[in-house]
Amino acid sequence: METATKTENIERMKYTTEKNISGAEIMVRSLIQEGVDNMFGYIGGAIMPVYDALYDYQDELKHFMSRHEQGAMHSAQAYARISKKVGVCFTTSGPGATNVITGLADAYLDSTPLVVITGQVGSGLLGTDAFQETNIVGVSMPVTKWNYQITRADEIAEIMAKAFYIARSGRPGPVLIDITKNAQILKADYHYKKCEGIRSYQPMPKLNKTEIEAAAALINSAKKPLLLAGQGILLSGAEDELLEFVEKTQVPVACTLLGLSAFPTNHPLYVGMLGMHGNYAPNMNTNECDVLIAVGMRFDDRVTGDTSKYARQAKIIHIDIDRSEHNKNIVVDVPVLADAKDALKALNKVVSGEYRTAWMKSFKDYYQIEFDKVIKKQAYAKSDQINMAEVIRILSEQTKGEAVLCTDVGQHQMTSARYYGFKRPNTQITSGGLGTMGFGLPAAIGAQVGDRNATVVSVSGDGGFQMTLQELAVIKQYHLPVKAILLNNSFLGMVRQWQDLFFDQRFSNTQLENPDFVKIVEGYGIQAKRVSSRDDLETAIQEMLDSPEAYFLEVVVETESNVLPMIAPGAAVSDMRLE
Amino acid sequence: MKEYTITIFSENDIGLLNEVTIVFSRRKINIESLTVSESEVKGVSRYTIVAFVADNRIENVVRQLEKIIGVFKALYFEADQIVHQEVALFKIANSTKLNGNLENLVRTRNAKILSVNPDFLVIEKVGYKADNQELFNELEQYGVLQFARSGRVAVSCQKREFTSYLKELTN
Ligand SMILES: Cc1ncc(C[n+]2csc(CCOP(=O)(O)OP(=O)(O)O)c2C)c(N)n1
Repeated sequence: METATKTENIERMKYTTEKNISGAEIMVRSLIQEGVDNMFGYIGGAIMPVYDALYDYQDELKHFMSRHEQGAMHSAQAYARISKKVGVCFTTSGPGATNVITGLADAYLDSTPLVVITGQVGSGLLGTDAFQETNIVGVSMPVTKWNYQITRADEIAEIMAKAFYIARSGRPGPVLIDITKNAQILKADYHYKKCEGIRSYQPMPKLNKTEIEAAAALINSAKKPLLLAGQGILLSGAEDELLEFVEKTQVPVACTLLGLSAFPTNHPLYVGMLGMHGNYAPNMNTNECDVLIAVGMRFDDRVTGDTSKYARQAKIIHIDIDRSEHNKNIVVDVPVLADAKDALKALNKVVSGEYRTAWMKSFKDYYQIEFDKVIKKQAYAKSDQINMAEVIRILSEQTKGEAVLCTDVGQHQMTSARYYGFKRPNTQITSGGLGTMGFGLPAAIGAQVGDRNATVVSVSGDGGFQMTLQELAVIKQYHLPVKAILLNNSFLGMVRQWQDLFFDQRFSNTQLENPDFVKIVEGYGIQAKRVSSRDDLETAIQEMLDSPEAYFLEVVVETESNVLPMIAPGAAVSDMRLE
Repeated sequence: MKEYTITIFSENDIGLLNEVTIVFSRRKINIESLTVSESEVKGVSRYTIVAFVADNRIENVVRQLEKIIGVFKALYFEADQIVHQEVALFKIANSTKLNGNLENLVRTRNAKILSVNPDFLVIEKVGYKADNQELFNELEQYGVLQFARSGRVAVSCQKREFTSYLKELTN
């Protein structure tokens, strides 16, 4: 009997038309039509009808119940980034809805496609300060690509189609759909049709021949070119086109923080990471190059430093899908309005170049300086305590650069970005634009759900880990083999570093008296270990990686080490300090 | 900082006005005047916004407006690129003080008397903001009970009309 109902259900859910079904069921079946199979969220009164409808589709639509809506959001974000699907998150109204704001802001800045569905009080109560009523459409407006409040069951299918279309097309971003309780309960005729366009929204710009020609002319005549690869490469799936471009033109490539893993770090033309805590060579040579080719990046202030001293000598080409990014932070010579993949494909037909020996040598020379002054001391430390950098170096070696790294925010994040040798696309998931502490652990959950076979490692600091550690329960409940590394320096390390360098070493509120993390994690039923001696480090990491299950490794690291080199806030990229 | 007139064409959707104003408020740009109404195309709203914006920022503001889903087109103009007006209504107490002076003033200022009531008169003037202000100053001697002015409405001198953009967008 029960199986009959189930088969019936599976058959029915494929129909795109049905008479007189509940709004909640329309919602669930819209998700199935959009190819959703995993989602995250947290139940509550105003979204109960939808959760009730989910009950019949548990095998087709896997829902991961977080322990805080912020956790669900970061999981959905990482899931979206790794699976290249739209991340889906459900919450109730009021506090459930306000708890998604950090995740929305994060996804908005980092261009992550999400559809977030929040329950809402009945439409008759809107505007009355009803129990758990928050004007979430108003609150979320500045941090969403689009949002909408559904008040009738008969609008659900069309709005959901529009939501998914907007979230994933063009420059991706988060969409919030608020749905009143009556719209979930009442019945309507269901008819699903995918959205194919919106007349006031042009997500895919047509390639402009003149722009491509102008860019190609600059590239082909460049003596000292430098390419800056941003997340746009990953979002448009242009990794192969980038590789082809680089091999044709012999242009060296530097990645932004979010662009990491868009280009293999072991490629001879890879010159490192840009920005405040990036590598010395690409930052210094930004102010030496003659042609700067920026692809799918947005000249964030953490990349440019003082914009009035940024690449003044260079002709700048800026390829971006979002027209509002052109000339926003940096005035450029050749803006190219295009999807990164389309633009690189077109350019690949007309560009060429030879290996530039002297130019490449300058990158190597700068690298040698960075190696002698920083890398040797940190990644191959001889000091008493373990340095964060050696942990990441060993992790990189043991995983052969093939793991998915989900990092939190702070020194460990910058260290991970600097010392992990990314080899596969989309293997770094971090909070770049918003810099959200607490991102790493829930992100690892979403990444593992998105790629069941990947080795997923979260790297957190002792500060950020305590912002979302409740999500350990999710790892346990759903048997996710996530590996969580905690780099414990007993400080809010990155802030301590700024106090050290810019606030006369007045260490206000950055020292932490921490709990026994191993005990906490064991309390969640997850295997946990602590190491503090260098001699045990390699074995401990290996043991963690070998475990078929979830595993937590706390590494006690140097308390007062700084991430170097560094571009001080407001300084020029070429004023990078090595100590 | 320069005075710009920004014209936006958008869908007539709930919440869009809010999205539009957020682009200004997050950059701490004050809106001097704002008018929204249906345009020459049914269902499409036309906004006319006047604001002081730095020369090197106006392009960024307009691009961010255009990025809003629901906005078809956003354009910006300097004073010499548009023809613009605003409407002013003045409510004046109907008293013996007026005599024949008012009619004369109304005529010379190109205004008109819209409505005469036992207690008050309503005068309408269409003009530049400064002209309407001037008339207000002159009327004050008779006692202005209310002075309501619209925001600026403007049409541009450019050759390309919105309908041609719309055609391009819907093709
Ligand atoms: C939610 C949030 N609050 C505050 C900050 C400011 N902040 C940036 S890094 C940092 C310190 C992080 O410390 P920890 O997690 O221990 O990592 P570490 O820098 O020591 O590696 C702080 C407080 C932030 N980025 N996010």
